Amino acid sequence: MEDKTRLGLYETMVMSRSFEEAILHDYHADKTPAWDIGAGLIPGEMHLSAGQEPVAAGVCAHLGANDAVTATHRPHHLAIAHGMDLKTLAAEIYGRETGLGRGRGGHMHLFDPSTHFSCSGIIAEGYPPALGQAFSFKHHKTGNIAVAVTGEGAANQGAFHESLNLAALWNLPVVFVVEDNDWAISVPRRGSTAVASNAARAESYGIPGERVENNSVEGVWEAAGRAVERARSGAGPSMIEVHTVRLWGHFEGDAQAYRDDMDQLSERDPIPAYADELVRDGVLTPDQIEAIAADAKAAVAEAIDFAKSSPIPSGSEASRYVFA
Amino acid sequence: MVIADSPAPQVTTRKLTTAKAMVEGISQEMERDSSIFVMGEDVGAYGGIFSSTTGLFEKFGPSRILDTPISETAFMGLATGAAVEGMRPIVELMFVDFFGVCMDQIYNHMAKIHYESGGNVKVPVVLMTAVGGGYSDGAQHSQCLWGTFAHLPGMKVVIPSNPADAKGLMVSAIRDDNPVLYMFHKGVMGLPWMAKNPRSLGPVPEEVYEVPIGKASIVRHGSDVTIVTVSLSVHHALDAAEEIAESGIDCEVIDLRSLVPLDRAAILESVAKTGRLLIVDEDYLSFGMSGEVAAIIAETDPRMLHAPVVRVAVPDVPIPYARTLEYAVLPTKERIVSAIKEIMG
Repeated sequence: MEDKTRLGLYETMVMSRSFEEAILHDYHADKTPAWDIGAGLIPGEMHLSAGQEPVAAGVCAHLGANDAVTATHRPHHLAIAHGMDLKTLAAEIYGRETGLGRGRGGHMHLFDPSTHFSCSGIIAEGYPPALGQAFSFKHHKTGNIAVAVTGEGAANQGAFHESLNLAALWNLPVVFVVEDNDWAISVPRRGSTAVASNAARAESYGIPGERVENNSVEGVWEAAGRAVERARSGAGPSMIEVHTVRLWGHFEGDAQAYRDDMDQLSERDPIPAYADELVRDGVLTPDQIEAIAADAKAAVAEAIDFAKSSPIPSGSEASRYVFA
Repeated sequence: MVIADSPAPQVTTRKLTTAKAMVEGISQEMERDSSIFVMGEDVGAYGGIFSSTTGLFEKFGPSRILDTPISETAFMGLATGAAVEGMRPIVELMFVDFFGVCMDQIYNHMAKIHYESGGNVKVPVVLMTAVGGGYSDGAQHSQCLWGTFAHLPGMKVVIPSNPADAKGLMVSAIRDDNPVLYMFHKGVMGLPWMAKNPRSLGPVPEEVYEVPIGKASIVRHGSDVTIVTVSLSVHHALDAAEEIAESGIDCEVIDLRSLVPLDRAAILESVAKTGRLLIVDEDYLSFGMSGEVAAIIAETDPRMLHAPVVRVAVPDVPIPYARTLEYAVLPTKERIVSAIKEIMG
């Protein structure tokens, strides 16, 4: 791998983490003393992706803005890696009129035509729309592809299986990605899934499947390179399952009493681990690490300032945009 | 029949069934716009179980008329994704009763994305589906359910009752930038293998034309009772109105043609004139179209009524199988005549 590519993967992961640390801070900043999920600058459920950045960085490095990505209720890392504008993303999370959905969507419902990005708060239901985007790309011979992302819990949904079959049957340019973070909220993978790897499920639909272990960003990048190339060449869909990690709760406020892997989390954090590896390989210096972090923080601060200074939607406008 | 409030396409004597009129609308639009495609179960070589796509496969081929696997969630979502990327899919849900296996894609995705995106993303899908009973198909294949869909924001709901409207509403639905649920009653399609209303064959202009979505049609003018209805029940209401006219009662019959948007003005104007409102609905009685129409009068000016509102709908019971049972719950001409007598005192 080229140094430049490795550095790019690292920078993407740092940007995503930096953004989510800022959201984490503001989310909890004004929910005390009586914690109220609906209170504060950022209300509602908040599903942060810390730990899962290697999936987003490794896959999206192969995409252009005209390729589609459909994500889940935990979408920020994918949105950022796919190049979504941080300001309109932040403004949507803060529920502002300048947000992607003018405050009508929220953090689980991000729709960005400029990057063909969308997400769904319903488990596995982001897969079917990706088929349609891929269908349109194929019909118009644009050479673009659609990437559909879900978690391992979603792989037990009907939408997942229907989508794999249809994509294979119609030879659609789709890359299916499963983020296996071990936990479907509180249910461990061993309690939900009868097969060791969802790659095997892909094979059963005639789709090449590959499982990437150890949350390896470079492993994801390599597997995604093969899958994206296959889709672009017209050879059809592929699946990549990544064994990743959810460093924080299912949502903010989740006490995670059910978890038996808490003591291993800090050593499973992929960002410091990748930084160490890049320093060892002479790709990155400690000074550069600090500079990359500082740049990310500055960009995030600018986006969040934009969000916080943006107008709040007027209640009298709540019925706008129901119909085109 | 009189389509008094339709736009005035050229007078024609050519007659088509509702099914053929629908297909003609789709076909003419497909010739005009290459981004339109049709998909669903058995819409290809079979031509649609209720003849909603007959001949399209032969004309446009498998790249634009696509038989899908029995995977409604996958292909409903595919329609949404293709629409987001600039296509105009027409997707068929074979029976509306099957919505249960794909409702998430319909109401959480297709119907909500435009709003959630703050108006930045358009989802121009036509979701066409067969509705209605009367032929002993039982509780899972005979429902209308338009009230269920009209209740959920984000989808237009159109329901033609005759061939001319079927074509014009299809053209309008295809050209609309919103998801449009197009519900065709099997009993108005003019199918050779099912008892059919004589008005399921009617004059249809050959040129392309739109029937505006959201505009009701007054299919019979009258002064004593307003009958508000939709779909096959329009014909039962017309038959009832003809019969009771012999007793000197003059009914006005409004075919709503769409529930979303609902033509409130047409309802109010008619009830202001007649002072009596009868609502006929083949959907379930409670929490549906009939209650919604009654609420319009209650919210506007209940004093315009000379008599309490009367509703003829399917009592809140699954559609039964046995003919005697089914026809006991469906809105029939007999039930409507008796309701008119009730409302006239």
